Amino acid sequence: MLKKIIHLWHILRQLTGDDAYDVYLKHHAEFHESTVDAPPVLSRKEFFKLWQDKKWKGIKRCC
Amino acid sequence: MHKNIKTIIWLCVAILGATAISAIALNRGESISAMWFIAAAACVYAIAYRFYAAWIAATVLTIDETRATPAERLDNGRDFVPTNKWVVFGHHFAAIAGPGPLVGPTLAAQFGYLPGTLWILIGAVLGGAVQDMVTLFFSTRRNARSLGQMARDEIGPIGGAAALIGTFLIMIILIAVLGLVVVNAMKHSPWATSTVAATIPIAMIVGFYMRNFRPGRVLEASTLGVILLLLAVVGGGWIDHNESLRGLFDHEGLTLAWVIIAYGFAAAVMPVWLLLAPRDYLSTFVKLGTVTLLAVAIIILQPHIHMPAVTQFVDGTGPIFGGKLFPFVFITIACGAISGFHALIASGTTPKLLANERDIRMIGYGAMLLESFVAIMAMIAATVLEPGVFFAVNSPAGVVGKEAVDAIAKINSWGFAVTVEQMNQLAKDMGESTLFARTGGAPSLAVGMASIFGNAFGKSMLALWYHFAIMFEAIFILTTLDAGTRVGRFMLQDMLGNIWPKIGQTSWMPSVIFTSGLVVAGWGYFLYIGVIDPNGGVNILWPLFGIANQMLAAIALCVATGILVKSGKLKYAWITGLPLVWLVIVTSTAAWQKIFSEDIRVGFFAAANDLATKLAAGVLPPEKAAVAPHLIFNQQLDAYLTMFFVVVLWIVIVDTSRVIVRYLAGKPLLPLTEVAHEPSRLVEDWVRD
Repeated sequence: MLKKIIHLWHILRQLTGDDAYDVYLKHHAEFHESTVDAPPVLSRKEFFKLWQDKKWKGIKRCC
Repeated sequence: MHKNIKTIIWLCVAILGATAISAIALNRGESISAMWFIAAAACVYAIAYRFYAAWIAATVLTIDETRATPAERLDNGRDFVPTNKWVVFGHHFAAIAGPGPLVGPTLAAQFGYLPGTLWILIGAVLGGAVQDMVTLFFSTRRNARSLGQMARDEIGPIGGAAALIGTFLIMIILIAVLGLVVVNAMKHSPWATSTVAATIPIAMIVGFYMRNFRPGRVLEASTLGVILLLLAVVGGGWIDHNESLRGLFDHEGLTLAWVIIAYGFAAAVMPVWLLLAPRDYLSTFVKLGTVTLLAVAIIILQPHIHMPAVTQFVDGTGPIFGGKLFPFVFITIACGAISGFHALIASGTTPKLLANERDIRMIGYGAMLLESFVAIMAMIAATVLEPGVFFAVNSPAGVVGKEAVDAIAKINSWGFAVTVEQMNQLAKDMGESTLFARTGGAPSLAVGMASIFGNAFGKSMLALWYHFAIMFEAIFILTTLDAGTRVGRFMLQDMLGNIWPKIGQTSWMPSVIFTSGLVVAGWGYFLYIGVIDPNGGVNILWPLFGIANQMLAAIALCVATGILVKSGKLKYAWITGLPLVWLVIVTSTAAWQKIFSEDIRVGFFAAANDLATKLAAGVLPPEKAAVAPHLIFNQQLDAYLTMFFVVVLWIVIVDTSRVIVRYLAGKPLLPLTEVAHEPSRLVEDWVRD
């Protein structure tokens, strides 16, 4: 039961983008950490700005 | 044995579905339970999803689970991210489900509940859901390319340009008609106006919270916002009862239209984080919450539908909009059955998140079924009202008369019982000064929802439920208005950038202001005309929007059919070909009638000529004569716009046919742009969590 609730909570966080920064950190650690010319890790605030601005380019809502 | 049980279960579903549909179709009694609608919809969707959609996925599209999707191949941790299928479903549904499926069925209820309900079910399972799923599939196989790009790559440059122009014009008409719906809901209603106004600072508070105060804490900020919104609904009631404050929010339609136009411009040039993004979170939460609540309330309460199955207005004399059942029920329902706009989300946006091709059926087909179900609920909410009340709320003053007594007499003469006292009492219950001639669908939907919620969760709070429903509709109509204006601006900057590159820079402020101004002026014009039109404006704008939206759907189906044929799947091309043929017949007939009909309530030119003759003869009352030249010009403009839509559509059809004929004749054509197969490396568990 508790496991299910935690799973639902994860889905809710993913749906809203609440965990976008954690996903980014994970992606960064996985793909860029070991490379020499790795881009610097963004702060939560910097990342959120980029993420939000990018999200609203293009058609995101319709009728 | 196991297989037999399954067969028996599906047989039961089929029998229940058939029974429910017959009950709906054959009922000629006083009323019918809404549960039949829910049962019919659930069975039709289940069978279509299990058999038709599965067959399309396996046999026609040959979905390949082992193939890497663009989200996996191009994963960059930002826009291309392999995502849990439920999360993608949520994003996709939130993006496609706007106010369209709520407004369309409410207006189409003038024909009775049956025609609209049947088209919502049939159109969705054979048309809309197929379009969404097939487009999602083709875009996924093409690195998440947009519909316009696919049209250009697979059919030719003409198709691409048509899709682009079509999208831009729909946006303009859509925003105008939605703006009109909000204006009509707020007209002389201090409660509604103050609540809707409060959503703006609330969105800004939420925006600040998640941008600066606690960056990225989306859930915290949204929870705060939703609580504030609910307080705003209650606060609106307090303002309404406060003699000195209510005057601040009690306005004419025209004033409110100017406010909306100014707001639209401000929202388009403001940074997204301040208004658009936080408002979108709130509107998504409120939308999902309210739709769920409505479904629960309908199931608990099992309300009865009072509207007849079919009304006399199928002959084209309906008060809400003119035109016969065919083709106008299809044009009016629009989004709840098939919406061209969805093809823009299904291409480009959603494929970037898709972790595996096997999720395409659930996301593409399933999300559209859910949207269709929202349309069914809107139909229920509209038709639980006594038909007399429904027509009193939705008929424009220009048709039934300005005075309550005249309107009631007219509606009674159609055979629908309603009294002035009944309407006054209803308005009092809902906390409004009047509910006569509140066109646009939002108020009647809110009355329907309030009576369902009131009966299910306590009747004492009818006025609160009514204004909650108005807030619910207004908040995501305004989100669509903001987002649409911004998208229109980007498209315009892109187009004008070809002529003058500097203007194509999306962050150059003079260009932002100039192009936003042009877009706002575009929809603002139609909104202004809609407000000054004594017939309510919705009767002109909604069919125009419906024609444009169905035209875009036809373009998406053309592209899909073209790709199917080019992929050597001619024998299956009917899955998109049949809905395409139907939409072409519907849109072309509707457009023909809107342009050439002699009936002044249908034909644009006929209406313009009639008004011009009356103006010349001096028989118009002075206030009507003052706006007549505007109305005449607008009717002519609408006629040319409709003509333009049809010409664009037929150009794309001819272009697609050319591609198909060349393919069949074995002549060279643009090659398929499908990306080569690359095996997926994602392990099941990794993707799912």
